[in-house]
Amino acid sequence: MRHILSVLIENEAGALSRVTGLFSARGYNIDSLTVQTTEDPTMSRMTIVTHGSEDVIEQITKQLNKLIEVVKVIDLNEADHIERELMLIKVRATGKDRDEMKRMADIFRGRIIDVTEKSYTIELTGPGEKLDAFIKALDQAVILETVRTGASGIGRGERILKL
Amino acid sequence: MEISGAEILARCLAEENVEFVFGYPGGAVLEIYDAIFKQNKFKHVLVRHEQAAVHAADAYSRSSEKIGVALVTSGPGATNAITGIATAFMDSIPMVVISGQVGTPMIGSDAFQEVDMVGCSRPVVKHNFLVKDVKDLAATVKKAFYIATTGRPGPVVIDIPKDVTQAKAVFEYPKSVSIRSYNPPVKGHPGQIKKAAQLLAEAKRPFIYVGGGAVLGNAAAEVTELVRLLNVPCTNTLMGLGAYPGSDPLFVGMLGMHGTYEANMAMQYADTIIAIGARFDDRVISNPAQFLSQAKKIVQIDIDPSSIAKRVKVDVPIVGDVKDVLKDLIAILKETNARPNEKALNAWWDQINDWRKPNSLWYAQDDEIIQPQFVMQKLFEVTGGEAIITSDVGQHQMFTAQYYAFNRPRQWINSGGLGTMGFGLPAAMGAQLANPYADVACITGDGSIQMNIQELSTCKQYHTPVKIINLNNGYLGMVRQWQEFFYGTRYSESYVDALPDFVKLAEAYGHVGMQISKPADVEPALREAFAMKERLVFMDFLTNPKANVFPMIQNGKGLNQMDLPPHMQSMQLVPFENNRDYGNLC
Repeated sequence: MRHILSVLIENEAGALSRVTGLFSARGYNIDSLTVQTTEDPTMSRMTIVTHGSEDVIEQITKQLNKLIEVVKVIDLNEADHIERELMLIKVRATGKDRDEMKRMADIFRGRIIDVTEKSYTIELTGPGEKLDAFIKALDQAVILETVRTGASGIGRGERILKL
Repeated sequence: MEISGAEILARCLAEENVEFVFGYPGGAVLEIYDAIFKQNKFKHVLVRHEQAAVHAADAYSRSSEKIGVALVTSGPGATNAITGIATAFMDSIPMVVISGQVGTPMIGSDAFQEVDMVGCSRPVVKHNFLVKDVKDLAATVKKAFYIATTGRPGPVVIDIPKDVTQAKAVFEYPKSVSIRSYNPPVKGHPGQIKKAAQLLAEAKRPFIYVGGGAVLGNAAAEVTELVRLLNVPCTNTLMGLGAYPGSDPLFVGMLGMHGTYEANMAMQYADTIIAIGARFDDRVISNPAQFLSQAKKIVQIDIDPSSIAKRVKVDVPIVGDVKDVLKDLIAILKETNARPNEKALNAWWDQINDWRKPNSLWYAQDDEIIQPQFVMQKLFEVTGGEAIITSDVGQHQMFTAQYYAFNRPRQWINSGGLGTMGFGLPAAMGAQLANPYADVACITGDGSIQMNIQELSTCKQYHTPVKIINLNNGYLGMVRQWQEFFYGTRYSESYVDALPDFVKLAEAYGHVGMQISKPADVEPALREAFAMKERLVFMDFLTNPKANVFPMIQNGKGLNQMDLPPHMQSMQLVPFENNRDYGNLC
């Protein structure tokens, strides 16, 4: 099953490689990983999307906690949470496609952030499935390039991950 | 006053009461060696290969409650240390390894003798540090010792670039250390401990399974008190040997792949297992599904949450320091007077004693050829069971674990997790330096000893009078055994042709060499060797090349599906009888 883990970790050189090294050494999956410093510059927050049986997810959580630099780990799946991912997608925008692409971006509440005579670059935010759906809705021939950030997640309501 | 990074490091080690540093100099650590030259707080032991420095430091830790320190140069010095670090990591041994590094401006430029030590060692350390600023050095060393020795212990690497050892700063050693992201647990959860006591009181067939965590957590006294309080059968893992006295009647022997028949059967058929600092690894329970096919309740006490419920489901997990948790458990048991049902326990003991009767460690004695098991038994007699024993890896390691009854913790030093051949001799050196008045013996084989034999030279230099017991059968014995059992006796590359004359070799290094080929000479030779208190004696025992280690559990088989020694194969063995009178318990 898919799980989304939030990890607070010391903002130190090499900390990221300890996390990724742990996943590869123990044969765990990383579907996506995002990381950036928090409002406290000494601390970073990672969102790791992974999948595995309950036993495997339990081990992943324990092994992450065991890393000296990891401050806290929570499994966002344990309660309501929100996920967002950003995609930048460059599409061909010529002839009849030019209007069509504009319409599609509007429908999905994307924004066109770069325009040339032949292409649009569309910014789209949302849960991963929405981004998947957008790609699926397009004629594959018009897609020139995509880049996605992977999910960032946060608990709903009063649930807070902080030191 | 400002002093150099190298001098700061030396002062830090003195502050940590380090007695010995095991190491080997090189370009990147010359500044550190100069600082060592100028101090007299600790001694440096010059090994002949960096791997040996780390094994020696590791065994120094294992055989005492102190902490071993190794020092190696950058590049090849650092990579040579990796096997030693991984060995300590797999067995959770506290240790600090200091590696030199090229100067910070050179890092990443493929400089001479540069290797990314933080990267190389990452998967096999508890933690590691690259010190980029001399101002951080003292605090980093403090953290390294703290991390290595607390929680589940483990090796910590400090990688120090050469310019950091040359740069100057004011030395101030932190008095305490606190790391916000690292707070190892101590006390177990009282509710969980109560549940464990409750389970014990309800048990019909209780069994106490003790691992290396009990040794590392200095909990042998508490283990012994618990077992005797309850009068419950007890086993130790390979790493746990000595945590409960091996000569005690409540001890049923080691369990696992080469465990005794009674220990493995008891583990399989117990209805309640208390695991103390043990992790149900593959060499212990073999196949988890087969292990769990017999219903059982499991209590697992471990300081590392990730060790709990990793391979088998656990009914009562208790995270905490084993010593503290056992103290609390014993207190509750005494307070509530909760005990397993006596009638059931007696029936369980009857069952276990039936399993004991065939003596799964019996072997046929021979007048002509030395049986390796016999050497171990005689070694036990001659040393009064008091020696510190280090071991290499292979058949001799298993024979030692089976036939030398370890009656106290930290007496048995072997590479259990990683299984590192070449561990034994440098480990004996480290153990002897930590315990200068103890008899120290290294049990080895003709394969293993040659993986770090250069340390005979170090032993000469530092007068470590260890006794080397070489069980020389001309084969890589454990490999040969597996080839006999599983590969149609095709002994592919397991015969060691062209062995050296070990007696002459020992003499060449300035030691005493002996060769023993007759069973009748085993005991007198051992007595003669151990009487030479000041000398290293290399005892080359020519042993039965066909000897196999029994019992044995093949990979994937259950604990009750052992390959038994020849004398038991024709016996009518007593099966597990569920209908024995275990008492009418609800």
